[in-house]
Amino acid sequence: MASDTARPPWRGPFLLTLPALAVLLLVMAVPLGVIVLRSFTDPAPGVGNYVWFFDTPVNLTVLARTFKISFWVTLCCVVVAYPYAFAMSVAGPRLRLLLILCVLVPFWVSGVVRTLAWVILLQDSGVINKGLVWLGFDKVKLIRTQLGVTIGMTQVLLPFMIMPLYAVMRGIDLRLLQAARSLGAHPVKTFFQIYLPLSLPGVFAGATIVFILALGFYITPLLLGGPQSTMLSTLIQQQVLSLLNWGRGGAMGVVLLVATFGFLAVASPFMRQKYKISGGGR
Amino acid sequence: MTLASKGAAIDIRGVSKFYGNFTALDDVSLRVEPGEFMSFLGPSGSGKTTTLNLIAGFTDLSTGEIRLGERSIGHVPAHKRNIGVVFQHYALFPHMTVAANVAYPLKQRGMGKAERAQAVEASLRKVQLESFAHRYPSELSGGQQQRVALARAMVFNPSLLLMDEPLGALDKKLREVLQLEIKRIHRELGSTFVYVTHDQEEALVLSDRIAVFNKGRIEQVGTGHELYTAPQTLFVGQFIGESSVLRGPHRSAGDETALTLGGATLTVPGAAKGEGPQVILLRPEAATVQAPGTGPRDGRTNVVAGTVREMLYLGSAMKYEVALAGGGHVIARTATQESPFAIGSPVEVAWNPKDSTLLADDGSTAAL
Repeated sequence: MASDTARPPWRGPFLLTLPALAVLLLVMAVPLGVIVLRSFTDPAPGVGNYVWFFDTPVNLTVLARTFKISFWVTLCCVVVAYPYAFAMSVAGPRLRLLLILCVLVPFWVSGVVRTLAWVILLQDSGVINKGLVWLGFDKVKLIRTQLGVTIGMTQVLLPFMIMPLYAVMRGIDLRLLQAARSLGAHPVKTFFQIYLPLSLPGVFAGATIVFILALGFYITPLLLGGPQSTMLSTLIQQQVLSLLNWGRGGAMGVVLLVATFGFLAVASPFMRQKYKISGGGR
Repeated sequence: MTLASKGAAIDIRGVSKFYGNFTALDDVSLRVEPGEFMSFLGPSGSGKTTTLNLIAGFTDLSTGEIRLGERSIGHVPAHKRNIGVVFQHYALFPHMTVAANVAYPLKQRGMGKAERAQAVEASLRKVQLESFAHRYPSELSGGQQQRVALARAMVFNPSLLLMDEPLGALDKKLREVLQLEIKRIHRELGSTFVYVTHDQEEALVLSDRIAVFNKGRIEQVGTGHELYTAPQTLFVGQFIGESSVLRGPHRSAGDETALTLGGATLTVPGAAKGEGPQVILLRPEAATVQAPGTGPRDGRTNVVAGTVREMLYLGSAMKYEVALAGGGHVIARTATQESPFAIGSPVEVAWNPKDSTLLADDGSTAAL
């Protein structure tokens, strides 16, 4: 092909990736290989650990729950982040800075600290329940429930939803909405037919990041959850650190990894974009 | 579904637009006749785009009334006005194909699928893009995108089409091609066109009439010829075409005014315009450059002495810039001469008073 001759020699750019590749190999590929290997060899060679995983009902319950909680967290993040990111994209420079800080400052605080803050808010005699009682409502069980875990995880993961959404929304030319109105579309229709489809790449990007991070979440479900809201990472931690069952823990990790890849494979066709957003610089 | 295709008149009556303390548009009244091609011409910030946005419904009126045909539309929401708009930055929907973009307004109007496809094809044919129906906007060039935008704006046969500097982002060659195309489409559609531009040449080429905007007001409305030969304000005289402005103390006597410039007395028909200082506006083609003392001294021709400061050869014509002894300068365009005056040579500039215009000095300077 003629275009091949125009390409720069491939070795130069490739060499630049070597340090990063070396680090990835050392801290990612090698440990992952060890985990996969041990899941098939520890304590005895074979697929015993996987048989155990799928034969133990609680494992399957927790795996399903992990996906369920991650799904709700992702949904909550989309619902909360969408209007917020939109406001960020249309705000003036000063308000925009304030809105960005509101997202980033909690982000800079350690997840453990934020989760402990949620413990204080959500516990039975916590701020939220005291407020509800003061308003004349009944107390709600929040701590050690799936609802509490979902609330806490949503807050912790929100920046991962807002930032990609904001990046996409900022690139949407708002004059397109004006054009749509001049062509006879009601303002509500201009949102659903023009703005929403153009912002979907941001929704998908953010949702994928949030969902995958949520699948492996550890600290927040551990501190905010109870026995009925245990997620898979907690079980893995038990197997590895409490029961010293490295093989079983490895098998659980591999199952979670494969499930995540499976999800990505299903989701990726929706994220492919047939068009480029172009024109209308601002 | 039948769509009217006759142009409708626009009546703008006493329209103003304020943003806080800032007056973007100051009591503007204007009538555009049915089927007319009217350009809004003016520098940026003159109010021409504000007026267009008010007609389209993108901005709310502060005061006044706008009528489209028999209908008062000043407070009708934009999506119910049935006005086609073409934007400078095309504003095509990037996630829809060319065909879907053009079909969009028809879909909003509930037109059936078969009828829609037909109308889309016909509209794309008018802009010679029927073979691009299944492409996405990002796969088209700027000129092609603007053609699609045009097809989309006219597919629902609006009685009025608004264009906001539609060719502003394109290069000169392409602009000229599309100007001709827009003119042809205007003839074929019979709709009323309002075209916003800051390019006086473009306005002259396209328009039946031009409204010249300045500082939120309309300075003058007229055909290109009227604006060029009989500007009513110095701003219009300088904005349309090239001109020289001569300033000096004046004295009016009956139907004639005399202006003193250096030692020369320059006459111009008409009484002084208002109380303030007056200027004479002179078009380059009206002025003749001659060797000192060679022209007629009949007392009816204005003659003023100067020195050639610049000489430009333009092929079929030559342009002189002559610095006048009494201050200021005159631009003169003449047919190509065998032996032109050299830079620095003393000359006289002469013209017939009928070919110059007396105007009140509103302080405006040349647009460029």
